[in-house]
Amino acid sequence: MAKRSWLGGFLDRNGQALGLYILLAVSFWLLFLIILPQLAMIDFSLRHDLPAAQQGGPQDVWTFENYRHFIFGLPGNPDGWNRLDVGVFGRTIVAAAFVTILNLVICYPVAYYLAQVARGRQARVMAVALVVPYWVNEILRAFAFRIIFGATGVINSTLLTLGIIDLPIDFIRADIALYAGLGYAYVLLMVFPLYNAIESLDRNQIEAARDLGAPWWRIHTRIVLPFAKPGITSGCTMVFMLAAGALAAPQILGGPSNLWFTQLIYGQFFESVNWPRGAAYAIILLVACTLLVLLVMRLFKVRLGEIGK
Amino acid sequence: MAGGVSVELDRLLVQFDEFVAVRDANVRIEPGEFFSFLGPSGCGKTTILRTISGFLEPTSGAVRIDGKDMAFIGPNKRPTALIFQNLALFPLMTVWENIAFALEMKGVGAADRRKHADELLALIALDGQGDKYVHELSGGQKQRVAIARALCAEPSVLLLDEPLSALDLKLRQHMRTELRTIQRRVGLTFIYITHDQGEALTMSDHVAVMREGVIEQIGDGRTIYDDPATAFVASFVGENNALPGRVAEIRDGVALVDTSVGRLRARIATAARDRLRTDEEAIVFIRPEALDLDIAGASAETTIQATVIGEEFEGPNMHLQLRHDGGAELRVSLVNKGRTGTASIGSSLAAAFDPMKAVALPSGALSAEE
Repeated sequence: MAKRSWLGGFLDRNGQALGLYILLAVSFWLLFLIILPQLAMIDFSLRHDLPAAQQGGPQDVWTFENYRHFIFGLPGNPDGWNRLDVGVFGRTIVAAAFVTILNLVICYPVAYYLAQVARGRQARVMAVALVVPYWVNEILRAFAFRIIFGATGVINSTLLTLGIIDLPIDFIRADIALYAGLGYAYVLLMVFPLYNAIESLDRNQIEAARDLGAPWWRIHTRIVLPFAKPGITSGCTMVFMLAAGALAAPQILGGPSNLWFTQLIYGQFFESVNWPRGAAYAIILLVACTLLVLLVMRLFKVRLGEIGK
Repeated sequence: MAGGVSVELDRLLVQFDEFVAVRDANVRIEPGEFFSFLGPSGCGKTTILRTISGFLEPTSGAVRIDGKDMAFIGPNKRPTALIFQNLALFPLMTVWENIAFALEMKGVGAADRRKHADELLALIALDGQGDKYVHELSGGQKQRVAIARALCAEPSVLLLDEPLSALDLKLRQHMRTELRTIQRRVGLTFIYITHDQGEALTMSDHVAVMREGVIEQIGDGRTIYDDPATAFVASFVGENNALPGRVAEIRDGVALVDTSVGRLRARIATAARDRLRTDEEAIVFIRPEALDLDIAGASAETTIQATVIGEEFEGPNMHLQLRHDGGAELRVSLVNKGRTGTASIGSSLAAAFDPMKAVALPSGALSAEE
């Protein structure tokens, strides 16, 4: 029998109409919504910030100036490197990693409980309770956190009333409100991949470990966590990428002296109206985050394909 | 290796909400014994096993291991090791890590763990396979690794939850012998759960037959097969022809029962001596192999006249399906001794039996199988 082309096989399996729709939709999505805009951004990032009149003129040539600026700052900068931008970048990456780990620590017990302990009605109620808060939109949620963590917010007034503190704690300046807000925003993105992974673990594995003398925490470190590794990676990747790329939460909950890197990018685009530099910064963030995720995956010996499971 | 110890179930009751899974179980399992719980699915045998291993707490009554009450002692603290129906080997660990898991939990160093695992690998004839992963092994090999992993915990009692059910017939028969050999070698108490009566009879010193949470009979294989205590045991263990009727007369441990095939003479089961009464309902059980086509001295009360409606030739044995005019069907198993010209379908013949090999029992629930 003649070997049929991949395309022919695909169309046979799904039918002409559906197959064609899937192919067109996926190609459109990939090409017009992902590849072309990103290529345009890369193109932008490699150009000078020129007035409209000079665009396409003799001065409109490709340059690494915007990337150079990220590292070294303005010419004649006494530090020799761009202390402000690189500093914000570093803090953002570290803070996003911190939010990711915090989220993992909070969500793992929830996901485990949901996947292996809760039964029937209890599990359904829990899942709904996890989803419902996300009906509230992101901005409103961030403002709610601002109110909760504010100087006269619920937490401070409770602590003051109880006499535990004499002066309100500035949760906003200490970035505690921001970490809490970001952590909360991505709880679902962490819980569901973890839940998916842990749910497919055979209960007998847990019982067998217990029967062979394992205390509860050893069951987790030796059986459940290794098994859930793809889910952990997938959850952490999403939370890290989204936290590092978040804009609304840092705008509303961030301390006045601590900028999130996305705020710098936003500033370049809409305040300095320097699109080429904004594009360069956005690409730096994207590439750095991707490399970091790939590095961590290599460290924990997870392959890309496993995350899809 | 630690020797086997006794296991005792004392008026054990296990209840889930309204459902009573195990009712008033009283069992004493001797040290070093191979003991089986046999019954259809849902009869409570797995519940008993999980209660002994500590995954379930009794609603009332007690589990005693080596004389000690096990109430509120977790599975990781009991001298038992459980072999799961699906084995539950750890897929992300190598074979030797699987086997040495119990030692790892005890904090034994890697070198000693490896050494011990290698010894156990030798015991189960898998030398040199320690660095493989579980998915690289065959069904029978996985089986043996599961046993080694359990033995590595140095239990006094090994609990086995139908571990052979996933294997094909030939391997299953081979593993029966192997399990029995391992049990004799290590001298542990084995408690085995199965719905396969062949498994229970071939391997066990004693068998408890269960139905709907109740232990119907405890005895050695021969007793269970030849002298069942209830109608359920008689119908569940092995093949049996059940002929219900009414007791006409009882004399010297033998009953005359009026059935649809006529008045039959049968020995009253030992356990039913006090329960079977004249004029009450009873069932006469005659094993297919107890029926024969020519028995010297057969009387009307030990002979059933019937028509041949089917025949199966199996080589060493042949089976005849008979139907009596009254509608009752019977199965007869004959050993192939080179007889020629057996009954042809549609012909009428007389099947006779030794009344000592037929059993009369009070009426009761039969096995739902078939």
